[in-house]
Amino acid sequence: MKFTAHIDVMPLKELLDPQGKAVTESLHNLGLSNVSQVRVGKHITLSLEAASQDEARSKTEEACKRLLANQVMESYTFEITEG
Amino acid sequence: MKFGIVVFPGSNCDRDMQHALQDELQQEVVMLWHKDKDLSMFSTDDCIVLPGGFSYGDYLRCGALARFSPMMEQVIGFARRGGKVLGVCNGFQILCEAGLLPGVLLQNDNQKFICRNVYIRKTSEQNLMGKAVEDKALKIPVAHGEGRYFADEATLAHLEQNNQIVFQYCDENGTVDRKFNPNGAINDIAGICNEGRNVYGMMPHPERACSDTLNNTDGRAILKALVESWVAVPTA
Repeated sequence: MKFTAHIDVMPLKELLDPQGKAVTESLHNLGLSNVSQVRVGKHITLSLEAASQDEARSKTEEACKRLLANQVMESYTFEITEG
Repeated sequence: MKFGIVVFPGSNCDRDMQHALQDELQQEVVMLWHKDKDLSMFSTDDCIVLPGGFSYGDYLRCGALARFSPMMEQVIGFARRGGKVLGVCNGFQILCEAGLLPGVLLQNDNQKFICRNVYIRKTSEQNLMGKAVEDKALKIPVAHGEGRYFADEATLAHLEQNNQIVFQYCDENGTVDRKFNPNGAINDIAGICNEGRNVYGMMPHPERACSDTLNNTDGRAILKALVESWVAVPTA
């Protein structure tokens, strides 16, 4: 079966995210002064063949742990959909 | 002994490193392509260098993709056998991604790419570089956007207890302080080594400070440390 993984990788909350900080300031410059704490991460999608949703989940987990996220600085979450 | 310099797609300090080691320090240098996987001509007395640059375009995270190149898999085995490895700038990032050094290099806290001379000072004598360089401020160039060293509290405490912090940022008089730290690195860390003292990573570029022509030779002693350490190992 074919599955799609929708993965979000975000900088850890306790770490300064300079990119998010710069974007926050730019939003303020646009006049959106009530916006705060912008954090910029990555959204990754990938297709994979697996026998079951569980297998797709464990393969995605491995991809995240070994390469897509560095857990010293980032956290990840994902959803698996069919097709 | 000899040096091997790994060339990744996007490395841009490989030739500077070659010039510094070969022409300034008269060492034998072999250039290694990232797709090759033969390190059989190197013994653990030798040193593999991961140069600065933007390997794999810094895609995903700095150093994250280089870490899985065929040559890096060999370098990881080489380091685990006790072989000497030095990573400068992007090379430091690759070593952290490969798990050969703890921690990670984050985007600079001031959101800028920094390209200028900074001063660093050795933190400890308990490593090859600390033993070899003078205890004073060394002027060494940095050129990075992601140089903010970070490790969690437990890792940091471990690094300190084991004297694994090799260099810290300082001013020209050698005073280590947050205000002389160009990128927001935790504890002003500019370079570290592993517990075995055979793997070294640093953000500043010693290879760019090895020539009288460039009017700065403060980097020579740092690279020389890797050459002389083998000779200096006491036999008695």
